[in-house]
Amino acid sequence: MKNISNLTVGRELKNRASVGQAVHHSLVMAYRSLLKMRRTPEQFFDVMLQPILFTLMFTYIFGGAISGNVHNYLPIIIPGILVQTVIGTSVISGVQLREDMDKGVFDRFKSLPIARIAALAGALLADTVRYTIATTLTFLMGYLMGYRPDGGLGHVVIAALFVIGCSWAISWIFAFFGVVGRTASSVQGISMLILFPLTFLSNAFVPVETMPDWLQWLAKINPVSHMITAVRDLTNAGTMGQDFALSLIGAAVIVAIFAPLTVRVYMRRA
Amino acid sequence: MKRLYQTVPTGCDWAVEAQGLVKTFGDHRAVDGVHLKVRTGTIYAVLGPNGAGKTTTIRMLTTLLRPDDGSARIFGYDVVKESHIVRQLIGVTGQYASVDESLSAIENLVIFSRLLGMGRKEARQRAEELLEEFSLTEAANRPLKNFSGGMRRRLDLAASLIAQPPLIFLDEPTTGLDPRTRNQMWETIRKLVNHGSTVLLTTQYLQEADELADRIAVIDRGKVVAEGTADELKASVGNSSLQLKIQHSYDMERARQIVEQVLKVRSNTSTETGRITAPMTEADRVTDLLIALREAGIHLAELSVQKPTLDEVFLTITGHGVKKDTAVDSSSAVEEVRV
Repeated sequence: MKNISNLTVGRELKNRASVGQAVHHSLVMAYRSLLKMRRTPEQFFDVMLQPILFTLMFTYIFGGAISGNVHNYLPIIIPGILVQTVIGTSVISGVQLREDMDKGVFDRFKSLPIARIAALAGALLADTVRYTIATTLTFLMGYLMGYRPDGGLGHVVIAALFVIGCSWAISWIFAFFGVVGRTASSVQGISMLILFPLTFLSNAFVPVETMPDWLQWLAKINPVSHMITAVRDLTNAGTMGQDFALSLIGAAVIVAIFAPLTVRVYMRRA
Repeated sequence: MKRLYQTVPTGCDWAVEAQGLVKTFGDHRAVDGVHLKVRTGTIYAVLGPNGAGKTTTIRMLTTLLRPDDGSARIFGYDVVKESHIVRQLIGVTGQYASVDESLSAIENLVIFSRLLGMGRKEARQRAEELLEEFSLTEAANRPLKNFSGGMRRRLDLAASLIAQPPLIFLDEPTTGLDPRTRNQMWETIRKLVNHGSTVLLTTQYLQEADELADRIAVIDRGKVVAEGTADELKASVGNSSLQLKIQHSYDMERARQIVEQVLKVRSNTSTETGRITAPMTEADRVTDLLIALREAGIHLAELSVQKPTLDEVFLTITGHGVKKDTAVDSSSAVEEVRV
């Protein structure tokens, strides 16, 4: 018992965690999430099946109609499906956060002298594992179906990192719904309601020019369209243009708004 | 990363000072102006039934919940304004085990240790120490799903002690434990205080508060209704209570009058069961009572003497069922705290 309650002589008490500590705390929390993922590998089923299923389905359904044949459609659809799938995966972050927060262990995290953002940032950081799986599988499916990106492997890797990074930023939006929502299923419902228009009202599957004017306008300002264009530029031409920059700026803005907002709500809710 | 070893800020007599804490949930005032003062190095029990506001009070003191009104200080640090410092001084064991179900015992402790700033090796060592201390070494690598309630509690307490906090909050540490595990938990709590920690615990059991605590606050409907040492509280209820079962229910009212006249206390009658319960301060008076009952021709079916239960403490202290003057002890104790 001696070493349990033996109060050793102190140190200065500070009322804030430093940035370095916050990063450390977030990394430990991410490690915790990874450990949990390893314990429950079944949670990866949907992440693994969705890219395979969607890529096969959409390519063969739309391929002939939009590009004349499946092969010509691949450079358009693979980046589209990739962005759609990975952003879709980031919805799970919010839902899982809600489930996690309902458990007693979050009380302990809140009562520990750790940076308030760590519990959230750690969980979201670990979720990039999910995005990586979805990204890899989508490209792999594309390759198996005959997709040969002209941009080369290097640019495909950059595109993959780009999509994972942006999705991490977007996951803060769903994390926000996660802390605001009452139950995991309501979080899932709200997130899906946002996700569907966001990913389908874009240039992911069809050329925007075929849409009615008002819809074109929507699809063109949709940030997801910019992301998809940026990925297409990278994989098909090996270039980084305006869309790439815009998407990154957009991602940064999302984090700047939603990270503090989410942490604040998280702190306020019991 | 610095080690997180704290110490009691020197010269601080009070581990906890709460003034008029209020928390409202909708229309319900869960905590309605709670005053508490806990002296450094003591065990303090907050005693009350379910829904009295014990957990809500603890959650405010441990920075998990923001008070709607009032203030609280932990070793002089404000729980709202200096919450990060307060968190460095406390360990919290909640009513529901705050550990990760899908991880093993050692993984849980290592993660908490790492969060508290320990290095990989140090964290592992600390986790092993604690597991051994709480007899969990054998179960170290098992997932918590297979842990018994007692093991979970022990792990939870171990997790609260990683940083050796000078103040430990235990929310109903023994609820749902079997008597053996409960005694072990009591032992652990006593040891903690022997080594200089301060413990604030909540309980539904007077016996537990009696066994452990230096001082007790009785809380009911969000208010502290009495405060004092166990002896002071019990003195206000009578050391034990006398239970009489009357044979014929038509005698009940008369029997009650006789009980109150002879024992000079208020009694508590339950007509359905035919029972009269009364605090018993002097055992000798029972003889007088029995004689008086026989003279009145009232037949008893059963007679027993019981230790006061929490119910009786409440009945007495909240004012239903006892004369004002017998409650002086407890109310004056409350005054003292409110100064």
